[in-house]
Amino acid sequence: MVDYYLTIVLAPLAAAIVAGLFGKQIGRAGSHWVTILAVGLSFVLSALVLKHMFLDGGTTENVSIYTWAVTDGLRMEVGFLVDRLTALMMVVVSFVSFMVHIYTIGYMHDDPGYQRFFSYISLFTFSMLMLVMSNNFLQLFFGWEAVGLVSYLLIGFWFKRESAIFANLKAFIVNRVGDFGFILGISAVVVMTGSLDYATVFADAESVAGQEIEVIAGSPWNAMSVICILLFIGAMGKSAQAPLHVWLPDSMEGPTPISALIHAATMVTAGIFMVARMSPLYEFSETALAVVIVIGAITAFFMGLLGVVQNDIKRVIAYSTLSQLGYMTVALGASAYGAAIFHLMTHAFFKALLFLAAGSVIIALHHEQDIRKMGGLRKYMPITYWTALIGSLALIGFPGSSGFFSKDLLIEAVRESHWHDTYSLVYWIAYLSVLLGVFVTALYSFRMFFLVFHGEERMDAETKSHVHESPAVVTVPLILLAIPSAVIGWLTVRDILFNDYFGESIFVVRAHDVLARLGEAFHGSLALFQHSVQTPVFWLAAAGAFTAWFLYLKRPDIPETIRSKVAGLYALLDNKYYMDDLYIKGFAAGGRSVGQFLWQKGDQLVIDGVLVNGTANSVGKLAGVMRQLQTGYLYTYAFAMIIGLTMLLSWLIWFR
Amino acid sequence: MIGLQHYLTISAMLFVLSIAGIIINRRNLILLLMCIELMLLAVNFNFIAFSRHLGDDTGQVFVFFILTVAAAEAAIGLAILVVLFRNRHSINVQELNEMKG
Repeated sequence: MVDYYLTIVLAPLAAAIVAGLFGKQIGRAGSHWVTILAVGLSFVLSALVLKHMFLDGGTTENVSIYTWAVTDGLRMEVGFLVDRLTALMMVVVSFVSFMVHIYTIGYMHDDPGYQRFFSYISLFTFSMLMLVMSNNFLQLFFGWEAVGLVSYLLIGFWFKRESAIFANLKAFIVNRVGDFGFILGISAVVVMTGSLDYATVFADAESVAGQEIEVIAGSPWNAMSVICILLFIGAMGKSAQAPLHVWLPDSMEGPTPISALIHAATMVTAGIFMVARMSPLYEFSETALAVVIVIGAITAFFMGLLGVVQNDIKRVIAYSTLSQLGYMTVALGASAYGAAIFHLMTHAFFKALLFLAAGSVIIALHHEQDIRKMGGLRKYMPITYWTALIGSLALIGFPGSSGFFSKDLLIEAVRESHWHDTYSLVYWIAYLSVLLGVFVTALYSFRMFFLVFHGEERMDAETKSHVHESPAVVTVPLILLAIPSAVIGWLTVRDILFNDYFGESIFVVRAHDVLARLGEAFHGSLALFQHSVQTPVFWLAAAGAFTAWFLYLKRPDIPETIRSKVAGLYALLDNKYYMDDLYIKGFAAGGRSVGQFLWQKGDQLVIDGVLVNGTANSVGKLAGVMRQLQTGYLYTYAFAMIIGLTMLLSWLIWFR
Repeated sequence: MIGLQHYLTISAMLFVLSIAGIIINRRNLILLLMCIELMLLAVNFNFIAFSRHLGDDTGQVFVFFILTVAAAEAAIGLAILVVLFRNRHSINVQELNEMKG
């Protein structure tokens, strides 16, 4: 199997190198063929690995294939830990990546950076696979940073646009904040356990949980809470959780395929995956779990609200992604890791689908992204319409769609999770916010859907005459993503969530195991489906969709009235809770003025002025005084000599 | 009877005279050279006086050496003086302050 794993990881890397370095030689078709074949190979092999795990009852494989360095007993290795969690992630990553590769042929057709783009997304696939297949923290960190780098490169893919450069710097810097916590977390792990290897660290988890660590002298904290919260700060950066979410909406400056691949389906879920992978650690810190659920709940609800006021089609979906990531985080906080991963999987399909559908609309309208200038596209773009409908229904959790199973069970799990004594209030608030989030999700999803595909046609005549369905390279991935978006929940919910699919790869303390409790009441997909109309989730989603229909199709004048009625609230939402202003005017400008101060006062005044030039100046001044003694006249020197001689002789005679 | 201290007194007077010459004289470089010669002669006086007084001839041998060196030095000094005069058309000590800081 090791050969499989190596091929899965290295094929995209090789393709990225070929397309990146020899893109000119092999041409446009050559570079898309080589990368698509490599990622396709990865996908097929990943699917085989998943089949091996899922159907043939394969066991966890933990292999180290290369020792990079050993220092003071700390082994730095490259290795793969392939268990059921990893196998699932590998398939999701390589499948979505494969679809996006194909789609890119159509989307980037006329772009001068065609080969570069293919090289980057292949490199991304490599990095992401390294991240999920890692068996140690070092390789995890490598993958973590590598996906961040590729994300940076791809957000700024159109590097001549001012806004793209701003967005990619922002993404990079905000991620640094998270990564700072992440690397501190890894360091804490090394300090406490002396190992980077997952298996060793997890085995030590229970003993670490009993220890205390003094980060600030004099106030000992629980070591496990410190580790978990620091690691989670990393996840907050990568998975765009409040308050480190600000980079994700701006990252929509990048081409749409990467918004689908990186900023919806895979990279941003790395944080979720990481927390699930670290479940043996998180389970020993209830404090950390409470922090996780609070952050998740805030993100899930408040970021969803922002989606309602956005007018850029990709930004609406970006806020939706933020909100859904918040849902997954809430599930993690509720110890329902399986539900989080399950939602991650379904979300990867339907969110990639939505992004690619949005991309299809954007191409058709010649790179128009403002939903106020769309409308009535249903009859021009039937395939895009139907696939986007499936995606939207999955997103709001329409009964039967993949999103229904994952989201409904996720919310149920959160409801069940008030096992907590200390933090029960936190869990109730989290439950409330994910529940209300359902309404908001339905509202913004269908607001966008109706504004784009229904209603009057608001684009200008010139554009309208050119609107037509996208080519097959675009629609085929849409269809291929629509199929799992529609049915995968139905097919796999029992196996993944309730048949102990994850087995040993996810560890849950018995008292926390909400999924097991849900499993007792679970009687198959069909029963869940039939039961759906009795749940508040269904009615909230229906109410959201109905509200969207009423406000944006039936009475399009009402939103305007509401907007002027609650101008203050609208301004708050339109300015994204002023978070960007806080960061840019507060932290960034503050940092700059501190830098300015240090530069002008510290460097120029003290170091240059006083120390460096000051030394030279004072030597000069002293010399200026001393040179007065040098008259140049012989008799002065003779006089000085004689005086000196006299004094020397006097000293010899009288004082010796 | 003329004793050692008379010689030493003369020698000291000569020496001080020559120092005064060097310091006070601000006109003529030749005078400076002459003062230096005078200083050496004052030293010679001392040597001879002590040689006589102690009955040791080594002092007189030293005097010959000093005279030789003084002659050579005077020759070099005058040569430099000539070159200096050629270049600057002056041997005025007060104008020779190229080394002023």
